[in-house]
Amino acid sequence: MSALLEILFSASFLAAAVRIASPLIFATMGELICERAGVLNLGIEGIMVIGAFTGWMAVYQGMPLWGGVGVAMGAGMLFGLLHAVLTVPYGLSQHVVGLGVTLLATSTSSFAYRLMLPEVTSPPKIEPFQPYEIPFLSDLPLIGEALFSQTPMTYGAFAVAGLTAWVLFRTPLGLAIRAAGESPAAVEAQGLSVTGLRIGAVIVGSGLMAVGGAFLTLSAFSSFFFEMVNGRGWICIALVVFGAWRPGKAVLGALLFAGFDALQIRLQQTPIGAHLPYQVFLMAPYVLSILALILMSRRAEVPAALMVPYNKGER
Amino acid sequence: MRLEPVANPSLLRKLGFPALALLATVVTASVLALIAGAEPFGTLGLILKGAVGSKFAALETLNRATPLIFTGLAVAVAFRAKLWNIGAEAQLYAGAIVAVLLGTGAIGAPLVFPVSAALAMLAGALILLGPVVLKTRFGVDEVVTTLLLNFIMLLFVSYLLEGPMKDPMGMGWPKSEALVKEARLPRLVDGLRLHWGFGLALIAAAVVWVIQTRTTLGFEMRAVGQNLAAARFAGMPVNAVLIKTALLSGGLAALAGWSEVSGLKGHLSLDLSPGFGYIGIIVAMLALLHPLGVVVAALFVAGIFVGSDSMSRAAGVPTYIADMLLALALLFMVLAIMLSRFRVVRG
Repeated sequence: MSALLEILFSASFLAAAVRIASPLIFATMGELICERAGVLNLGIEGIMVIGAFTGWMAVYQGMPLWGGVGVAMGAGMLFGLLHAVLTVPYGLSQHVVGLGVTLLATSTSSFAYRLMLPEVTSPPKIEPFQPYEIPFLSDLPLIGEALFSQTPMTYGAFAVAGLTAWVLFRTPLGLAIRAAGESPAAVEAQGLSVTGLRIGAVIVGSGLMAVGGAFLTLSAFSSFFFEMVNGRGWICIALVVFGAWRPGKAVLGALLFAGFDALQIRLQQTPIGAHLPYQVFLMAPYVLSILALILMSRRAEVPAALMVPYNKGER
Repeated sequence: MRLEPVANPSLLRKLGFPALALLATVVTASVLALIAGAEPFGTLGLILKGAVGSKFAALETLNRATPLIFTGLAVAVAFRAKLWNIGAEAQLYAGAIVAVLLGTGAIGAPLVFPVSAALAMLAGALILLGPVVLKTRFGVDEVVTTLLLNFIMLLFVSYLLEGPMKDPMGMGWPKSEALVKEARLPRLVDGLRLHWGFGLALIAAAVVWVIQTRTTLGFEMRAVGQNLAAARFAGMPVNAVLIKTALLSGGLAALAGWSEVSGLKGHLSLDLSPGFGYIGIIVAMLALLHPLGVVVAALFVAGIFVGSDSMSRAAGVPTYIADMLLALALLFMVLAIMLSRFRVVRG
């Protein structure tokens, strides 16, 4: 027990949790924006992969790191556009299109990677983002290392979360987006285009998802390998539900899950942990995601028009 | 832009748009080949040759199609009832585990086959039952729960193969002990690699077709899929129908894993399934959710994979072209199905 407390209150554990949460925060904000507008984006897993790949490849080809992030965002927005066009004006099943986009984005990444690096056996590395210690704040005990000695992309993740909350709840645009997901007819009555709002939300959201993927290759690991996203996209879908479609709670959820992930490696080295097979620890994030979904599904905070295609003029 | 339903779509419309979708896929394949620096017609020709160009290739295609028929049926049955079973992968591994557990020779042939298959179906059904109960009881969307179960199941299999089910003579590689010879599915024709799993898959497709077209359950599944509220209003036991659908779907997916272990591989390892559960979704959609169409679509998809493997060795285009093509085929097909039923109207 004391071993557990020792781990929980160590700076390295808290720092790891914040680091692991960063890609989740980007992708969860992206999915949250899509769902608030009324579109379930199951392409999130594949878009994270294409973000990871394009961001990495851009830097590998010589672009600066932030340029890579921009390229990743662009790739995500392209796939978001594909998803949006098929689901919003054409009203195709959001489930099937999302899965199709995930499959397409993932396979495009693998195809392009193999094409551009045919003879490679071990994945080549790039120079990733280095941690930037915020002066004075990073000298604080415990949280100094955890919150203020992270890479720039982590700071970006929290900034994006704050920006998402501000835009959604404090601007007319955000109100329109939320209304598109709650009662599209009211939006049309105001003279705004539900189709335009939804397409825009999905494009922006997908861009953020891709940036989350790019975090994995440009900030966390420094090379791209297949299977690196490993279900994070699906966990983010659960995080949106867990956060009741609110950015603040979703960020807390991401930190909680990242905490469990950071914990499992450390727990394996404790006396109790050594007795359990390591797979049990690796299962924890997925099991927790399912539990989170069950817990939160009873609340009636789902955007009312989520997954309901909007046909102008239809009653 | 508005979508207007077409009152009685003509046969030309119903078949023409899907045909256009396949054409679009072929065109995209050529473009991808060009991007990869290969000659488009030659590449397509190599894929075709690799799929059916020789007896060996054709048998390989049939073998590869077997699990896809099972998972395609599983997904088609579920999707028709609007049950989004994305967890066929986990159900597949459940069936595979049962095949190994019952392959120790404790039960002799030929009894072992129906017993093992039935238990495998039960295992797969139970795996899907959890998410479906969560859906009916708590309203939890089954897409994410079935998906997450795939990851959990894979980790569980990894634990089994490194622990209780580990093959002591496997030289450290995580795989299970081999099934005894009596528990191995026999070959369809002596001397060929094709095993009875393929035959069972065809039988399964026929059985599903009969269920869907000739039984009350089939009617109820279709009704629930098309309009849940109306079905409930008509007095159908909607939750019971969903559960029965789950049992059937999960069982079929489990048979994919069961037949791969009992027929093809003879043991369980972590690389048993290169995503058959997910590819089953593509197979089901390409087949327009029709069970007999699933057989055709599975053969088509298997051919693309087998052909691309062989083409990639010859022409150097990465094998992932197959995955890209199938993802595109899925999207094109979904669009085509909608266009065959609706008219796009300006305004």
